[in-house]
Amino acid sequence: MALEPAITDIEQLKDRPELARLLAWKADAIQGAKFDHNELSIYIERTSLREACSTLKNDPEVNFDTLADLTCVDWEPSDPRFEVIYHLFSTVTKKRLRLKVRLSGDDASVDSLTPIWPGADFFEREVFDLFGVRFDGHPNLRRIMMPDNWEGHPLRKDYPVEGYR
Amino acid sequence: MAEMTPTPVLDVATDQTLVLNMGPQHPSTHGVLRLLLEIDGETIIRIMPDIGFLHTGIEKTCEAKFYQQVVPMTDRIDYLCPMTNNLAYCLAVEKLLGLEIPPRAQWLRVMLNELTRINSHLVWLGTHAMDIGAMTVFLYCFREREEILRLFEAVSGQRMMTSYFRIGGVAIEPPLDFFDRVKRFIMPFPERIDQYENLLTSNPIWVMRTKGIAYLSAEDALALCATGPTLRASGIDVDLRRDNPYTGYENFKFNVPVSKDGDVYARYLVRVAELRESQKMVVQALEGLPEGPVKADAPKVVLPDREKMKTQMEALIYHFKIVTEGFTVPEGEVYMPIESPRGEMGYYVVSDGTAKPYRVHMRSPSFANLQSLRKMCEGRLIADVVAAIGSIDIVLGDCDR
Repeated sequence: MALEPAITDIEQLKDRPELARLLAWKADAIQGAKFDHNELSIYIERTSLREACSTLKNDPEVNFDTLADLTCVDWEPSDPRFEVIYHLFSTVTKKRLRLKVRLSGDDASVDSLTPIWPGADFFEREVFDLFGVRFDGHPNLRRIMMPDNWEGHPLRKDYPVEGYR
Repeated sequence: MAEMTPTPVLDVATDQTLVLNMGPQHPSTHGVLRLLLEIDGETIIRIMPDIGFLHTGIEKTCEAKFYQQVVPMTDRIDYLCPMTNNLAYCLAVEKLLGLEIPPRAQWLRVMLNELTRINSHLVWLGTHAMDIGAMTVFLYCFREREEILRLFEAVSGQRMMTSYFRIGGVAIEPPLDFFDRVKRFIMPFPERIDQYENLLTSNPIWVMRTKGIAYLSAEDALALCATGPTLRASGIDVDLRRDNPYTGYENFKFNVPVSKDGDVYARYLVRVAELRESQKMVVQALEGLPEGPVKADAPKVVLPDREKMKTQMEALIYHFKIVTEGFTVPEGEVYMPIESPRGEMGYYVVSDGTAKPYRVHMRSPSFANLQSLRKMCEGRLIADVVAAIGSIDIVLGDCDR
């Protein structure tokens, strides 16, 4: 199992049905794509995220009917600082897709996916709690892991592993 | 000490209703789950789970450890299926490294994973039945679970926090009599399942307490990101062992039990049927176990055998280097989902090319499945909440991480 180099050229990947569907819908919203370790990632412009997800969910061909996972990575000190990562899964075709949204550290907010998948609720609360990324339109955006009066967001890279003493 | 604020606040809509606090120490909440119930008489108007009491920041701790040091952390997430967590993490890192695993190690992993599934389902069955009032089943289930824990102890030295899987294979070859012991346990196991079923499946009290209770439709289950038996009992036929085979599951023959009823009874039937399928898979693994090494041939990643270390200079050097400075993993990211006893257990590992993971995220099935509790319980009776919690099979360590 030798490692294949990652494909990051959107031209080479545009035949994949997931990416083709999104390009046909709104090519401006696609900031990039990557195929690595047999997994496809697509970078989406943040204001188009919710529409992109609903396009992928309602399209009969790709049919991404459930959200498998939602998380975040802090790339401090680079800018944009945060990458919010969505793993979509289709229970029909059994395929997976990774969507990524880049957010700057000053204004880390993105549309909530709870109108599309109510199950995004806990995942978004967790990312809000541990990274401080806000999700616009979330019905109950509150801390979920840490106590309500906790200061800081522990999974940020500038938060020390042993906490503040 | 910091001042404690009461959390979370559930506003009462009218003065007709009452907010009832259930847990975090209630015996039927399977750990430290706190539920806030807004009730009107016996009927639930709203239900709000409050979690996080077991949050230990494992994801943060992983970022400060070498790749191989993360394996013991993964045990502590879900203490009922440690091997599943070990496997998901090891597979993710192996995918990043592009490492080939020898067949014997793969079959051992499948065998131990299915034993873990049996172990987890036995604890679920026992506690779930006890919550609803059937005490006997608990004692039978724990009788068998004890045998599995002894098998785990034989193979890894630990009963619960096994850490037996390593990046690149398994830790050591199992002891000589291990396979005979597995055989002695697994061959009569279907009769044991018959015993549990005799006590429950057509027991009128059990059926009345579970049938038609806590209904979850297929659409709701998908929208709420439910996975595993909770999803399959609602009629969605998804099993990652069959759909995206990993670690050699494509060599095994098994059925995926599915039910369309979506109630507590359906989830019970699906899990009991899974016990039978797991038994079959362990038997297949015993029969077809290939010979060969149990670790990949990758000296920079896999610790050398003790014997080699004492006789060969290179082995000693590699051992020293792996222990003191770890091994580097090429830059990249992978998401590795596997089918744990509770649903999709996914590890998202990001590497920045150093010896420590940049980010490890665990997508734990209990955390996502717990969201369906609201749909299951609202408009129903308080007594059914206990049946609903049991039927989702949550582990709070898995939920809070």
